[in-house]
Amino acid sequence: MEQKTKINAEEGKQDLVITREFELPLELLFKAYEDPEIVEQWMGTKVLKLENKNHGSWRFETSNEKANMVFQLSGVIHEFSPNQRIIRTFEMDNVPFGVQLEFLEFEKLTDDTSKLTMHIIYRSAAIRDEVLKLPFTYGINMAHNQLEKVLSKLK
Amino acid sequence: MNLRRDVFQAIADPTRRTILLLVASQAMTAGAIASNFDTARPTVSKHLQILTECELLEQKQNGREIYYYINAKKMKEVADFIEPFRKMWDDRFNKLENIMKAYKPKK
Repeated sequence: MEQKTKINAEEGKQDLVITREFELPLELLFKAYEDPEIVEQWMGTKVLKLENKNHGSWRFETSNEKANMVFQLSGVIHEFSPNQRIIRTFEMDNVPFGVQLEFLEFEKLTDDTSKLTMHIIYRSAAIRDEVLKLPFTYGINMAHNQLEKVLSKLK
Repeated sequence: MNLRRDVFQAIADPTRRTILLLVASQAMTAGAIASNFDTARPTVSKHLQILTECELLEQKQNGREIYYYINAKKMKEVADFIEPFRKMWDDRFNKLENIMKAYKPKK
């Protein structure tokens, strides 16, 4: 089965490309990025501010109840062209990765399908690799925690 | 966690990647591996040592010779390191797709 979401991250480069084809008309795909209520649903985040315009800015807040932590995500919107393109920056507070630049291109494939191409540029290749490895490392920690749980029950 | 970072450092080097490709096709001695490079033998030995420490290569004694083998399990782990990142985005986009499929425009 072909994977719907693809990542292209060339070795030693400071950028990566995420592509995804949706069984959604272009307008609905774009709306999922435009409407704060819908963004909250699929991103699992609280939208504090989302100025959908050139030179606008955005701010989200995500809380992780398990870790009892709140993450602030924010950036500026450089270009907002409905059903075409969003160019924005993205930064997460209190992590050492700094700001990243994102080019989101929305494309119509057929009347009922569309494609999103997300080109993300990081400050350095090393930072990109750290960000890429995050879910990987997290997965290992999760497995470790589960193992600890099982072991503690054996006592 | 340090060991894992070393694995990525190990495969970041082009000479070490070439060594892995060579050994992937067949087990080889250090001498046979070194004959593929213009670099000095001790340099190649150093690369082999790093790859072995990271468990990407394994050594096996065969008579008087030591052969280097690829550790397929470890290699697969490294190749898959991007997969959790892809999965995270895939889950997110699946959610978006499901929400929008059920979406009814407000009047």
